[in-house]
Amino acid sequence: MKTPETLAFECETGNYHTFCPISCVARLYQKIEDSFFLVVGTKTCGYFLQNALGVMIFAEPRYAMAESEEGDISAKLNDQEELEKICLQIKNDRNPSVIIWIGTCTTEIIKMDLEGIAPILEKRIRIPIVVARANGLDYAFTQGEDTVLAAMAHRCPEYTRYRTSEGRSDESEHFRITISSKNKSIFQKEQLTKSNLVLFGSLPSSVALQLNSESKRQSVPVSGWLPSQRYNELPSLGEGIYVCGINPFLSRTATTLMRRRKCQLIGAPFPIGPDGTRAWIEKICLIFNIKPEGLEERETQIWKNIKDYIQLIEGKSVFFMGDNLLEISIARFLIRCGMVVYEIGIPYMDRRYQAAELLFLQQTCEKMKMPSPRIVEKPDNYSQVQRMHELKPHLAITGMAHANPLEARNIDTKWSVEFTFAQIHGSSNARDILELVTRPLRRKGGFTPNPRSLSKQTLKN
Amino acid sequence: MKLAYWMYAGPAHIGTLRVASSFRNVHAIMHAPLGDDYFNVMRSMLERERDFTPVTASVVDRHVLARGSRDKVVNNISRKVEEQRPDSIVLTPTCTSSILQEDLQNFVDRASLDSESDVILADVNHYRVNELQASDKTLEQIVRHFLNKAREEGISNRSLTDTPSANIIGISTPGFHNQHDCRELKRLFGELGVSINQIIPEGELLRNLRDLPRAWFNVVPYREMGLMAASFLEKEYGMPYISRSPIGILNTADFIARIGKPVNLWASALLGKEVNYDLYIENQTKFVSQAAWFSKSIDCQNLAGKEAAVFGDATHAASITKILVKEMGIRVSCSGTYCKHDAERFNDQVRGLCDEVIITEDHTEIGNMIARIEPSAIFGTQMERHIGKRIDIPCGVISSPVHIQNFPSGYRPFLGYEGTNQISDLIYNSFNLGMEDHSLDVFGGHDTKGVNTKSLSIDRRDIDWAPEAELEPKKIPGFVRGKIKRNTEVFAKQNNISEITVDVMYAAKEKLSL
Repeated sequence: MKTPETLAFECETGNYHTFCPISCVARLYQKIEDSFFLVVGTKTCGYFLQNALGVMIFAEPRYAMAESEEGDISAKLNDQEELEKICLQIKNDRNPSVIIWIGTCTTEIIKMDLEGIAPILEKRIRIPIVVARANGLDYAFTQGEDTVLAAMAHRCPEYTRYRTSEGRSDESEHFRITISSKNKSIFQKEQLTKSNLVLFGSLPSSVALQLNSESKRQSVPVSGWLPSQRYNELPSLGEGIYVCGINPFLSRTATTLMRRRKCQLIGAPFPIGPDGTRAWIEKICLIFNIKPEGLEERETQIWKNIKDYIQLIEGKSVFFMGDNLLEISIARFLIRCGMVVYEIGIPYMDRRYQAAELLFLQQTCEKMKMPSPRIVEKPDNYSQVQRMHELKPHLAITGMAHANPLEARNIDTKWSVEFTFAQIHGSSNARDILELVTRPLRRKGGFTPNPRSLSKQTLKN
Repeated sequence: MKLAYWMYAGPAHIGTLRVASSFRNVHAIMHAPLGDDYFNVMRSMLERERDFTPVTASVVDRHVLARGSRDKVVNNISRKVEEQRPDSIVLTPTCTSSILQEDLQNFVDRASLDSESDVILADVNHYRVNELQASDKTLEQIVRHFLNKAREEGISNRSLTDTPSANIIGISTPGFHNQHDCRELKRLFGELGVSINQIIPEGELLRNLRDLPRAWFNVVPYREMGLMAASFLEKEYGMPYISRSPIGILNTADFIARIGKPVNLWASALLGKEVNYDLYIENQTKFVSQAAWFSKSIDCQNLAGKEAAVFGDATHAASITKILVKEMGIRVSCSGTYCKHDAERFNDQVRGLCDEVIITEDHTEIGNMIARIEPSAIFGTQMERHIGKRIDIPCGVISSPVHIQNFPSGYRPFLGYEGTNQISDLIYNSFNLGMEDHSLDVFGGHDTKGVNTKSLSIDRRDIDWAPEAELEPKKIPGFVRGKIKRNTEVFAKQNNISEITVDVMYAAKEKLSL
C-alpha cells in the first residue's frame, strides 16, 4: 500500500517528553495473568515505574526491578549468576508461568547478553524466559509493548492446518488458492469457522471480547489473541494465519509475525472510533471475502448516540503534542467528529504499518472538508509550545509535564496517557474517547450530558 | 544486582534536579535517554506548578551510543541559553551517562566559552549516592561555585547585615511540606527580630548568592539537604549554623535557644543590647502552640502508653519519635529511617526513646516489623500508609516519599509553633480514628469481618484452632484481637500445644497477662 502523498510529514529534534517504554509492564502484567516482569535496570528505571504507576505499586504487583549496582556495571559480578539468584527468588515467591526480562538502557550500554543468558537460565530454573529490550535509547512509551509482543510472537506454538505432518506444503498451497478465489464455497466457510484470524495488541479482556463479537457478527471469528490472558494460551502462528493489529504502535510485532512466523498481515485502520471500527472490520471481511452486513446502520446508530458530545467539540481545534503513537487514529476520529486538528505530533511514524490508517485520515479530511494536519515526527516540545501560543488551540492533548503549565496559560489540556489506559477500541467505546476529549471543555460549565452518559452503561444494539 | 520493588529515596539526578529547578532562572539539562525526564511530570503534578519545569534532556539515543554526544550536548546548551537566557545551566548526569563515561566536563568547558550563562556540571555519582545525598552535594557545589566566582571577581560581600539575619538552607521543590515550613520559619524569625538574608535554593537568584555570607548565621531545617553547604560556609566564612530541626515543642524551644548564641555574638556590638528569647519561648509554648496544653489534656491521657511505629527520613522520623515519647507519652516500639548514610546520627537521636531502631531501605522489612509489633498507629511515608491499610492500622504520613496528598493547598507546616499544632492533630486523628472504629467492634457493631489475623509474614501453619476456640476471638474487640490470637499461638508453640482450645486461650491469657 502506498503512503498518501498529500499528507505533510515533518521531523523535528526529538526533544520531547514521553514515558519510558518500560511502562509497558503496567498494562502487560495485568493482561498476562501468570506472568512476572523483571526490569533489569537501575534506580532511575525503578523510580520512574514506582511514580508513574502510582497506587498500583502497593498492590503486590507481579513486576520488580533487578537493580544493577556498581559491581554489575564494572562486570565484577557475573550477570548470569546474579540473574539466576533473582529469578529463583521470584520462582519461589510467585511461581509464574513465564518471566519476562525487560532490557533497559543500562543493559544496552554495558551490552549485557540477556538473549544469550535467558535460554541457559530457562533450562536451569525451568520457567520460560522471554527477553524484550524496551529501552529509552530506541523506543518511546507504547513501543515497549511492541517489543514485548514481538518477543512473545516467537513463543507461540506452530500452526499446522490439519495437525498432520505429511503433505503440508500442498495443502497450504491449496488453501491459499481457496482464500483468494472469489466464490464462497462451503469448504471455505468451514475453514473460517476453524478460523485463522489472530489479533495482536494488549487489551482489557472486556474490550477484546467486544472486538471478538464485532468480528464474529460478520462470521469471521477470532481464533486467538497475542497476548492471551495466560501465557500458555498463546495462539498458534504460521503460514495460513492472518494477523491484524489493533493498535498503531505494533509495527515490530507486525514485522515479526510476517517475516519470522510467515503470517499474513491485514493492513487496516485501527478500530478506534465507530469510523475506525467499521473500516477495520470491512478490511478484514474483504480479506476473507465476506460481504459485511449491517455495518452502516450500526455506525450511524453510534454516531447518533454520541451526538451530545460531538456538539460540544464540533468546530473546535486540537493540537496533539505526541507521545504515545495513538495520535493518528485519535486525530482521524476527532476530525470525523468535526474538530480541526492543527498538528499531530508523534514519536515514531511507521508509514507502512500505518498506511491504511494514514489513507483513512486523508479520506476523512477530504470528506469533512478539513485541511489535512501536519504530522510531526520526533517533535520538539519547546517549538511546539511556541506554535501553540500562536495557534491558540481549544485543546492540547499532551503529557503531564506540560498540562498544568499550559492550563495556567489558558490552553485547555487533556492528559494523553489516559488514552492508553482507557478503553477506546471498538464502536461501543467511542463514547469513552469523547468522554476524555470533552472533559476539559465540559469543565468550563454549562454542559449536562444526557442521562445515559451519566451512567457508565455500555451501548446496546 | 538486587531484587527491588520500591525505593524510599530516588536516584541521584533527582536530587540535583530538585536543587537546580528550585533556584530561580536556572535550567537543568539532563544527559539522559528518552523518558528519563519524569521529574517534570512529578513537579508539575505534585506541586501543581504553573510554570514549565526548567529541565530538558539532551537525549541519548543510538547515535549517541555509536559516536558519543559530541556536539549534541554543547548545541543543546547553547540553544537553551538562546531560548530562555537562564543565569545558569546545570548539566545533570544520569545513570546512563555515568556508564557512558563521556567527558561531560569537556562539554561544559566548551559550552561556557561563548555562553552568557554559567554552565556547571553536577558532580554526583549515580551509583554511590541517592537523591538526598545528591541534593546536598549539588547545593554545596552551586554555593561554592558562585561564592568562589564572586571572590575572583572581587564582588563578594562579607560585611554582616546591620541587624541579625539568617540564611535558611535546604528549602526545595518537591520537598515534604517545605513551602509551608518555610513560611512558618519566616514568621518565627520575624518574631525573634531576625531578618531572613536568603532562602536557598527555593526561589533565589544565583547572582545574589554572593550576599550569602552577610547573614549572621545559617539554619538547616532538614538534615537531608543543606548540611554540606552550611559546613562549607562555616569553614570558609566562619558562619555558624544550626542544624536542629524545630519540629515539636521541645525541638523548637531548643532551636530558638540555639539562635540566641550567634545573635548575641554580635548583638552587643551592633545592636547595643543582648537578646533573650526565654520569655518568647514560654509565651509561644503556652498560648500559640496548643501542643503543650494538648499533652496535658484528657484526650492525650487516653493515648498514654499506646504503641506506635515510626519510619521516614532521618529528620522527620527522629523528631516525631521525640514528640511521641517526650511530649505525648506514647510508647514508640520501633523507630527507623531509610537514610542509611545518616544512620549513626539517627541512632544517637532516638537512643532511649524507642524499643528498637531499624535502618533499612527495604520496605518489606518495615512491613514485617509493623505486622509483628502491631502498633495502634504508624507514622511513616506513603509506603507505610499502604502497609497500614492492608493490616488495618491507621497511619499518619510524616515524611517523603511524597504523594500528591502531601501537597495540601491549606497551610500545614511541620516546623515551628504552628507546626506543633498540625502534628498534634495528625497524631491525635490517627489514634482517634482507630479508637472510633474499635468502639464499634466492642459493642458488636459490625462483626461480619471474620477474624482478622493481621499478619503479613507470620507462619502459623503448624497450629490448629479448635472450632469453639475459633469463635472466641470474635468476642474480643477488634483492635486487640490480632494480638491476642498471635500471642496465644506463641504460647501454644512454646508449650508444644498443637491444637488451641478455649482452655489454652485462657491459660495463655493468664500467663501473658494480656
